[in-house]
Amino acid sequence: MILIVAEHAAGKLAKATLEMVTAARESGREGPVTLLVLGQNVAAVANEAAAVADQVLVADLPGLATYNAEVWAAATTQIAQEGEAHTVIIGGSRSGREYAPRVAVKLDAAYLEDATKLSSNGAALQAQRYTYLARVTETVEADGTVVVTVKPGSFAPAAPAAAAGEQYDVELTLPAARVEVTGKSVEKSSRVALTEADVIVTGGRGVGSPENFSRYVEALADNLGAGVGATRAVVDAGWRPYAEQVGQTGKTVQPKAYIALGVSGAVQHLSGMGKSKNIIAINKDAEAPIFKVADYGIVGDINEIVPALIEASRK
Amino acid sequence: MNILILVRQVPDAEARVKINAQQVDLDGATLVIDGMDEYGVEEALRLRESGAPIEQIIALAIGPKRNEDALRTALAMGVDRAIHVETDEKFDAVTLSRVVAQVAQAENATLILAGGQEADWDSQALGAASAERLGWPQLTWTNELKLDGDTITGRHDVDDGNESFRATLPAVVTTQQGLNEPRYPTLPNIMKAKKKELRKDDPAGYGLSSKVRTVNAEIQTRARLNRMIDGKDAQAAAQQLLDLLRNEAKVIA
Repeated sequence: MILIVAEHAAGKLAKATLEMVTAARESGREGPVTLLVLGQNVAAVANEAAAVADQVLVADLPGLATYNAEVWAAATTQIAQEGEAHTVIIGGSRSGREYAPRVAVKLDAAYLEDATKLSSNGAALQAQRYTYLARVTETVEADGTVVVTVKPGSFAPAAPAAAAGEQYDVELTLPAARVEVTGKSVEKSSRVALTEADVIVTGGRGVGSPENFSRYVEALADNLGAGVGATRAVVDAGWRPYAEQVGQTGKTVQPKAYIALGVSGAVQHLSGMGKSKNIIAINKDAEAPIFKVADYGIVGDINEIVPALIEASRK
Repeated sequence: MNILILVRQVPDAEARVKINAQQVDLDGATLVIDGMDEYGVEEALRLRESGAPIEQIIALAIGPKRNEDALRTALAMGVDRAIHVETDEKFDAVTLSRVVAQVAQAENATLILAGGQEADWDSQALGAASAERLGWPQLTWTNELKLDGDTITGRHDVDDGNESFRATLPAVVTTQQGLNEPRYPTLPNIMKAKKKELRKDDPAGYGLSSKVRTVNAEIQTRARLNRMIDGKDAQAAAQQLLDLLRNEAKVIA
């Protein structure tokens, strides 16, 4: 069977889970597509999961109330072994890429990390992935039991199937969590999450000041129903929180439209947004490298162009 | 206690990466110690300078000869000695974690510091896989770290924000931007580093066999439209851009 560990938050299935279901169906691997729901009070999530998978395994336990790498790895491994899964698919989120290697070691399986495409070649599962700061696309393959993480935004979300999958409760023996969480700060935003946004407006140093960032980047994002991103320089300068950083050391995004305001286009930034479907750049420096990767570019003053854009997009 | 730091020598972010015979060819590329690993080197030195009873700080590199340069950089920054498991064979991160676990045990390390994501593989797996092989907990994407006895506390990024944590050593910590500002090696320290031990280990002793094969590699660039809009008339430019996004690219409503 193909085992997928469902990602969910606040009682809802994440879009990443639907993408993993598509990845499983496109992988060419045999067997029922099985979603494993780990958590506490996850009945609603399990129902959502049943709509897209062949079957759903539900572990609704107090020990799974909060994510912990060792606990998630142990739970996933137990189910994979009991169900004789030959393919385990885990989300390419921060947490997914944290516990998936542990599952691969426990299962003595091959690990294909951050796949953007999956296919079968005889007994081997082939995966495409980006390397060298996303400048290179590599195809890697492995036989036998394989653990895969799937890069968010790489597969189309699965639509509900004709018939809902069966749900089964599962028993687990969980290890004690050894990392104690002593505080948590959730970077809440009323805007759509960067990794889920269809449109992202990102500001770089060229925006000028933290005040301009609100006035231009946030205002345009709100008009377009978009997520807000920032470059490392802007985050380092303390204008914006790290959660908004796009790039090698921040988030990787693949929206339909990526609107870069005053962004120069350093390689580290391009590695985080270079796969966006459409890139729109506005910068007063005609030589900025961002224009080389842009679909639409405006060489001009942010202070004039963006207010005009905000005004025009309001109509 | 001993700290083990993992380092890699990777292409500079601005270096042009070439493909030769369907594989990445780094011949002629500018190579540097991975920036993410540098945070680990710096953090180990700072933990010692803050008074923690750290006997040895050991840097480990696994891979081709070029990794010697990363180890020399770490030695010049202040690491005590280095181990290079030299191999030209390509191993995946989960396989390489076998070496890390064996070296950590042989060197009595109780803290391993590794970069959060290597700039060559774009992988986050080495720290986590090493932790699993050793049966240790791990803290990834750490941007604040304190050591008190065998207790580590700090802060790290998680899916939806950040968390403060407490754990007991041994543990693996992966490092990233924000943790510290890595120091530049001074000339006297670069000279001193030349005398420090850089031990070569035979990879054959570690029982390595990769489960992952690289089929090919290519530079894939999406063809971009590169359509420039004249920005002199802001109103007209804004209207033209919105029209293109709405009607041609169909990315906004």
